[in-house]
Amino acid sequence: MIGTMAQAAPYVGYVYPNETDIPWSVLIVIYPYITGLVAGAFIVSSLYHVFGMAQYKPVARFALLTAVSFMFFVPTPLLLHLGNPQRAFNAVLTPHWTSAMAAFSYVAGFYICLLLLEIWFAFRADIVALSKTTRGPLGTVYRLMTLGSDDVSPRALALDHKFATVLAMIGIPAAGGLHGYVGFLFGSVKAREWWSSDLMPIIFLLSAIVSGIGLLIVLYVVYSRIRKVPVDQDCMKGLARTMWAFLLVVLVIEGLELLEMFYKRLEGIDMVQRLIEGPIRYGMLIQWGGSLIVLALLTVLIVFRVEGKALVRGLVISGVGMMIAVLAMRWNVVIGGQELSKTMKGLLVYYPEILSHEGLVAVAIVFTCPFVVLWLITRFLSPWEPEPS
Amino acid sequence: MTQEDKKIEVKGSNLVRRNFFLRMLGIGTACAGTWVGSGNLIARAQSAETAAAAAPKIPDYDWNKHKWAFGVDATRCIGCLRCVEACKAENGVTQDAHHFRTWVERYVYLEGDERAHVDSQSDAQNIAASGSEKEFRFDNRYKDAKIEKAFFVPKLCNHCTHPACVQVCPTGATYQTKDGVVLIDHSYCIGCQYCVQACPYGVREFNHVLGVTDKCTWCYHRITKGLQPACVEVCPVEARVFGDRNDPQSPISAFLRNNRVSVLKPETGNAPNVFYVGIDKEVC
Ligand code: SF4
Ligand code: SF4
Repeated sequence: MIGTMAQAAPYVGYVYPNETDIPWSVLIVIYPYITGLVAGAFIVSSLYHVFGMAQYKPVARFALLTAVSFMFFVPTPLLLHLGNPQRAFNAVLTPHWTSAMAAFSYVAGFYICLLLLEIWFAFRADIVALSKTTRGPLGTVYRLMTLGSDDVSPRALALDHKFATVLAMIGIPAAGGLHGYVGFLFGSVKAREWWSSDLMPIIFLLSAIVSGIGLLIVLYVVYSRIRKVPVDQDCMKGLARTMWAFLLVVLVIEGLELLEMFYKRLEGIDMVQRLIEGPIRYGMLIQWGGSLIVLALLTVLIVFRVEGKALVRGLVISGVGMMIAVLAMRWNVVIGGQELSKTMKGLLVYYPEILSHEGLVAVAIVFTCPFVVLWLITRFLSPWEPEPS
Repeated sequence: MTQEDKKIEVKGSNLVRRNFFLRMLGIGTACAGTWVGSGNLIARAQSAETAAAAAPKIPDYDWNKHKWAFGVDATRCIGCLRCVEACKAENGVTQDAHHFRTWVERYVYLEGDERAHVDSQSDAQNIAASGSEKEFRFDNRYKDAKIEKAFFVPKLCNHCTHPACVQVCPTGATYQTKDGVVLIDHSYCIGCQYCVQACPYGVREFNHVLGVTDKCTWCYHRITKGLQPACVEVCPVEARVFGDRNDPQSPISAFLRNNRVSVLKPETGNAPNVFYVGIDKEVC
């Protein structure tokens, strides 16, 4: 309920009195999570658009639509969390530039524009065709969307392709920036022992890509089922390899970071250890256990050149597994960081609310929206290549 | 009137509650006086009351002419918590055990202990002892224990020279004044709580009714009129010292001259302006 504090967080040891009112709720867990899915999906589409890896062609345009559908909802958890959401524009109109958060609307706004432009170039030929064949109000929408350019000559199409490539090239650092930036939001908070790390942006970015690939695999398989078409095997094999590579790197970096932390044993390390063994132990188990299982599974799929249904099944399990593991990682960072008291003499435990505007139901609704929007967009603009019949 | 002057104005009109404060002050100091059992203190409380009622000493306040700072002499603090209650009343702080602009920590070393036992007035046992979340006291849990060393440490916003909270505020609602005070413009704050995360000292709290962050202002509405912050005013043992560093005769200038002081968490680079005497390695 707005206007009242959530239940005070229980604690052990000594925590500052104000800390029992945990500032960032589970909503702020899904903010970096959704942003990460966007970054991951986008990177896959770039593998085709920029690096010309043809095996990703079947999902390239779908990945763009996935990215934009999720991107639309990135600001939602933030807005829901604000004490005065009606003033959100204060941060846009009078940004205080020393704050990492002040750049959010600009970074996000820029990225949405970039995505929309790239989508327009990637779909322009389809839009033109649809504007010619569709009647009624929907036809008018398509005609408006052509923006008056209905030239679909091979030269024009080649130009489209070029533009899409350039935009995708800008998009890679932008996606990296967008998500590295989210990592910076946390990593730059020197007051929080568990956040304050130079590696935070890179860890956030890499795990984002892994979760985004996972999402894309799952969605692609589900959509193929619905469309009753076979899943493209080459594409799946490519996705398996990409996911494996990114996952391996992120695990190594995260592992090294923990190793360094425990090797240096700076002041407060005992409490960090108690945090890992205490409030976030299940989160850590899911994050690390899930990631290692998926890594093993992917290794098997790749080494034994698994194909067909088994490959699809294995990859869907890996995709779901990585989405869960990365969600757990976001929880461990965002919530774990706040459960470790700034006194370094105590631990708090955060229990999410269920029904409030910052509760689990709100989170579920926010997280469902992108899927619904993606479904609507794909009805309106099909990202699939026509089946060779 | 500049933009910033307006900010002070808003702040001031929001916060002035002198009548209520005076009542509290009367009760608070009288209690403290009786409790400690010194007639002297009551006399001082009364003179403080007259001082508070007198016309402001700084009629045309110019923030370029002052440099405020705060001192805490932990060797004097008796943990009576008058300051905590006075602050809540003066500044309309949420009346529960989870929102404070200032608080007091108790550090106790029992015989043979390497590390201190720490609690504050918010501790569940202390709340049980006071019987409500509106009044505060430290319970008597150590009465049968063998205590080697024990002391109290009052905490409040450090009004840092390099405040992390100001750095991270996306709107500029949290800002630093020329006279060295860190304030929040409640009409501009969006309630993102990034500042709550960024403050290493945990002094920021969220006002859920207004949807904005809040914290100690050193009673800016009082000090700009020549009065002392509420907590300084009610402290029966002068554990809290406040004043203008630009004035060599001020209590804080004397405090800094006459003591070897330290600050909390210097490694954060925040450069606090609350200076401590008599704290220990365990103080967090
Ligand atoms: S103590 Fe915290 S709230 Fe106060 S000025 Fe320093 S960083 Fe800001
Ligand atoms: S809660 Fe208010 S004061 Fe704090 S950072 Fe956000 S906008 Fe600034």
